[in-house]
Amino acid sequence: MTDTFDIAILGAGPAGMAAAARATQLGASVVVLDEQPNPGGQIYRNVDQASDVQHRILGPDYSHGRVLTQGLRDSGALHRAGATVWDVTRDGVVTYSQNGKPEQISARHLILATGATERPMPLPGWTLPGVMTAGAAQILLKSGGLVARDPVLIGCGPLLYLLAAQMIAAGRKPRALIETQSRSDMWAARGDLAGALRGWRYLVKGAGLMAKIMAAGVPRYTGARDIALEGQGALTSVRFTVRGKSHEIATDTALLHHGVVPNTQISRALRLDHVYDQTQRCFLPTVDALCTSSEPAVSIAGDGAGIGGAKVAAISGQIAALGAACQLGLLTPHALQSAVAPLQRQRAHELHARPFLDRSYPPAAQSLSPADATIICRCEEVAAGDIRRFAKLGCKGPNQAKAFGRAGMGPCQGRFCGLTVTELLAQETGQSQDETGALRIRAPLKPVTLGELAAYDASSQDT
Amino acid sequence: MTTLVIGGGVVGLSVAYGLLKQGAQVTVIDGSDTDARASRGNFGLVWIQGKGAKAPHYAAWSRSSAKLWQGFAKDLKEATGIDIAFSQIGGVEYFTDADALAQDAAGLQGLQDHFDGDYPFEVLEHSRLKQLVPEIGPKVVGGIHSPMDGHVNPLLLLRALSVAVQQMGGRLQTGAKVTEIAGGDRAYTVTLETGERIEGNALVLAAGLGSAEYGADLGFDAPVRPQQGQVLITEKLPFFLKYPSGRIRQVNEGGVQIGASKAETGADSTDLPTLQDLARYAVDVFPLLEHVQLVRSWAALRVMSPDGLPIYQRSTKFAGAHFVTCHSGITLAAAHAGLLPDWIQDRNTAPDLSLFSESRFNV
Amino acid sequence: MFDPLEPQGTNQVQFQFEDRQLSAPQGATVASALLGAGITAFRDTPVSGAARGPFCLMGACYDCLVSINGVTVQACMTPVQDGLQVKRVGSRQVDSEGAV
Repeated sequence: MTDTFDIAILGAGPAGMAAAARATQLGASVVVLDEQPNPGGQIYRNVDQASDVQHRILGPDYSHGRVLTQGLRDSGALHRAGATVWDVTRDGVVTYSQNGKPEQISARHLILATGATERPMPLPGWTLPGVMTAGAAQILLKSGGLVARDPVLIGCGPLLYLLAAQMIAAGRKPRALIETQSRSDMWAARGDLAGALRGWRYLVKGAGLMAKIMAAGVPRYTGARDIALEGQGALTSVRFTVRGKSHEIATDTALLHHGVVPNTQISRALRLDHVYDQTQRCFLPTVDALCTSSEPAVSIAGDGAGIGGAKVAAISGQIAALGAACQLGLLTPHALQSAVAPLQRQRAHELHARPFLDRSYPPAAQSLSPADATIICRCEEVAAGDIRRFAKLGCKGPNQAKAFGRAGMGPCQGRFCGLTVTELLAQETGQSQDETGALRIRAPLKPVTLGELAAYDASSQDT
Repeated sequence: MTTLVIGGGVVGLSVAYGLLKQGAQVTVIDGSDTDARASRGNFGLVWIQGKGAKAPHYAAWSRSSAKLWQGFAKDLKEATGIDIAFSQIGGVEYFTDADALAQDAAGLQGLQDHFDGDYPFEVLEHSRLKQLVPEIGPKVVGGIHSPMDGHVNPLLLLRALSVAVQQMGGRLQTGAKVTEIAGGDRAYTVTLETGERIEGNALVLAAGLGSAEYGADLGFDAPVRPQQGQVLITEKLPFFLKYPSGRIRQVNEGGVQIGASKAETGADSTDLPTLQDLARYAVDVFPLLEHVQLVRSWAALRVMSPDGLPIYQRSTKFAGAHFVTCHSGITLAAAHAGLLPDWIQDRNTAPDLSLFSESRFNV
Repeated sequence: MFDPLEPQGTNQVQFQFEDRQLSAPQGATVASALLGAGITAFRDTPVSGAARGPFCLMGACYDCLVSINGVTVQACMTPVQDGLQVKRVGSRQVDSEGAV
């Protein structure tokens, strides 16, 4: 028989953990499904197991995650770790694999807390071994106990500086920072500065990171263009230009980052409403002030509903839990209002600096409109020029382009090409990103062996 | 003299390609990115065995297309440079149920008798089948091999047709939502949602399930309904599966495709019990697939007529309007490109398609 | 290349990548274990045969695929264990036999 819960939470990052703690306080029966062996999500990954050295390097913001993991443990919510979700239905049935065995639960309400993924950053040579995301390097610091030797950090945004500062704290300063934002981006962001000053803590933090990077003497190149990752079979060097001057740096490790974007695989698979956000340059699922999606029985909390960071995620997790509890009759609308109002104020406050950051560190233009020869679909090795050619053949959207050239058909299911395909088609056809649309996502959300699928017990559907 | 083709799927584009080859002027009007598209979701078979077991004229029509396929694929490659991975070395149906095997074999025998022996197939019991296809599992009781069958990459076909049609001077208007088709004898005006009007002297309605919406204005019943099929595809594997079957084939990129369920629904979403049945069958037939990763699944909608056979109908209301629909647009693509243009242009070399008219549903 | 943040503890597991004997800290993923051993290329793609290694390390990109017990798995989502045999996923050399 399928176990039934009031609320199923997908993801045990800050949003999921906070939602679980709050929902159980309100009397809901809660299950949390997460792919990792330990709670924390990517931001607090391995936080309970990390050594003192790791905590010192990663800093107090990371260590704060222990409050949330403790909250999850104390909540009484059932935490199913190592659970890879591969199907979710609108009526709350979730199918997942745990230790290679298919399992299923059902819930009256779903809270999606699947967080963010790195914004795809197609550059020439970005598929070479040795080229990874900045997030990957952080994961190695947090859970692998490894630090990159002499890497070049490429892209823009606060996470790039955070990683650089953490590496410096680990005694391993990066070889160089190759930054894609320019002075004109900062100038364009000036209108958002007043708002950002209300979220001044983020700015002070950013200034502190920058001071560490400068003090360590890490070379910085800003306004970098024409970036190319080069090597035969593995990365050996990075070339780029700054204001017309060419540079080349020999390295076997490059770490890319130009922002993160919501992981919308499940919200897309459920065919919830999404709209393109011009500031964050990505699709966001539509949610109301209580984190409820276009489907009332599905809420979305945390970065999966729009990038806000870990603190915002934890707050929105609580808001989503309150909203769900009210729908389930565990909380009166009046009690809901008085409980969410302070959380909503707190969330708004935490988001003050966001537009300034988004405009100061826009996605790298070179990756939003890659050169024709640049691979944009890593799985099927489809190049940007292929997508442009399909647009000329009449492809107006990513699903027809997928049929024409396989972008999005590989095992990652478009996680690392979907946004780029939409951008490229929109550029070519003159349609908006919303008109262009997104790849359709279907089960299995993650590959599953035929044997596992065959072993799934269909009779358990009758709940 | 422009022919308007309503529908830019494999059926519409095959007809357009054939018309262009005969020197006609053609405008193809195609819908949106998220429309139901059998051309994107089909199984990619050029399949003969078992088709038309109760309708030999359909068996014969399918076979005439299969015979044209080699040349059709070659022409497309010459025109576009795209190799659509067509292979016609025969196909094998695998059976895990002895009664089902006997029943299908009897159907094929009937066709063989009808065609005076000119309908090659062979029933193979387990051990003989294992010589031909060593990877089969113990649950396979036997199979039917027919040299008439083949397969193709249907998505490359779709792209090649799209390239060819435009290279040959055809106009392909995509992302177009048709709001009205005004008919008259040899005078058609198609109005799009954008307000744009497109005029032509002849019209081919090949809009799949969308045909039902436009048929009445043109004098067609267009009795089509959706029948859903779900398909799985695995990670890319070394090439091992030489013969395609109606339910399992290895595509040219390496993935093993498993299909296809049948459900009388217009929902284009997959469901787990169905996917599980497909997976179980595949593992029963080829146990080596047990540890293979399934990377994608999809549901597509077949375009079905009441008897499942194609409909080829000239409008009784206006001269120059034609309705074309079928659920085997891949198998029939070569006939649609090679033989239908004569029928559309009313030449005396046109094939006799009277048995495929809509009037068969009104008796 | 990647270096350990701290001196390696005693809690090490032994595993194999192709014919190389390697060790890694208990609790590491196969991906971090291989990176720690200086291996960045885990496989060749089935499309072009190009070498690939880990990219996102969070289970999203499917570039760190390896073969364990005949199953293709994500190295970044698989814990390393004593005696584990990890194989490189080779380019599949898909043969288009029978195509025109």
